[in-house]
Amino acid sequence: MNKLYEKYIKTESLPTLFCPGCGNGIIQYAAIGAFEKLDSSGEIPSSDIACVSGIGCSSWIPCYFKLDVMHTMHGRALAFAEGLKLSRPEKKIVVFTGDGDCLAIGGNHLLHAAARNIDLTVVMVNNYIYGMTGGQKSPTTPKEAVTKTSPFGCIDEPIDGCRLVTSLGASYVARWTTAHPAQLEKAIAEGISHRGFSFIEVLSQCPVQAGKSVYGEKDPSKIMEGYKKNTYLFRGGEAKPDKDGRIPIGLLHRDDEAEEYLDKVEKKLKSQGLR
Amino acid sequence: MAEITIDKACCKGCNICLSVCPKKIFVKSKKRNNYGTSMPDVKEPEKCVICRMCERLCPDGAINVEGERAK
Repeated sequence: MNKLYEKYIKTESLPTLFCPGCGNGIIQYAAIGAFEKLDSSGEIPSSDIACVSGIGCSSWIPCYFKLDVMHTMHGRALAFAEGLKLSRPEKKIVVFTGDGDCLAIGGNHLLHAAARNIDLTVVMVNNYIYGMTGGQKSPTTPKEAVTKTSPFGCIDEPIDGCRLVTSLGASYVARWTTAHPAQLEKAIAEGISHRGFSFIEVLSQCPVQAGKSVYGEKDPSKIMEGYKKNTYLFRGGEAKPDKDGRIPIGLLHRDDEAEEYLDKVEKKLKSQGLR
Repeated sequence: MAEITIDKACCKGCNICLSVCPKKIFVKSKKRNNYGTSMPDVKEPEKCVICRMCERLCPDGAINVEGERAK
């Protein structure tokens, strides 16, 4: 077993419930790598980190951590995380959520958390499908993809979570894929140390449910090679797919000057003479 | 030299490590893991450059690489 796993993962509950080749395990390793990086540099001890998750395959990621973890209702992970942050402001909170959990049922919570610019780190695992329930169409499923609920090809426009939260005022927005684990680890560490709403979208793979119909490949390593080919590094401008349909990855937006929600709360309490 | 171990209790046989290793150290074998699928074998570990991509990309944390990267 990996030495980092022995330090941060409840080894008695291994193996994880993820299918063989699932991208969630790679994101799990990147997250514990980021915790280790922050812990060893003395910036944020891992005892100060708390994790919140909703329902879905990706929401099982923090359940294996030897940290404070809250596994909450479907779509409401961000609502719980905001409450936790307001009651325990010294904690750094990481929310693990899937594309259905975050953009479909929890979409409204995402809009308001991003607009408030509250100090949370959201890791949205985007595998383009509802994996846990058997492969139904999700809000991010690309056009013309065949799924269980769109057997003749999907007709909806996919939702771009990164552009959505950028327009609402999130102060750190990044997108990486499971084929870029070192960059993902760095982005999660930056997102945790950044004060403000950090949104990290991770393009992941679900070889069992989405395999051939959405990515065109069933082998997990080939899906990851496809992610390397179908993405380009974002270097300013508008974070939109280019004319070849390649998706921008990298740090998409960062604003260190934006006012954080807890600071606004403190300021209001001070102006009312309550602090 | 790097010491590479694969935990048969964690490995699920997804074969991601076979394709990500730049030196192609992992090979297919007839060994079975606890999950019931075939797990990779380590061939010529002295070729390892300790890039640790297999550690990062193993979804189940089954691979451990011991050793320091040469500078």
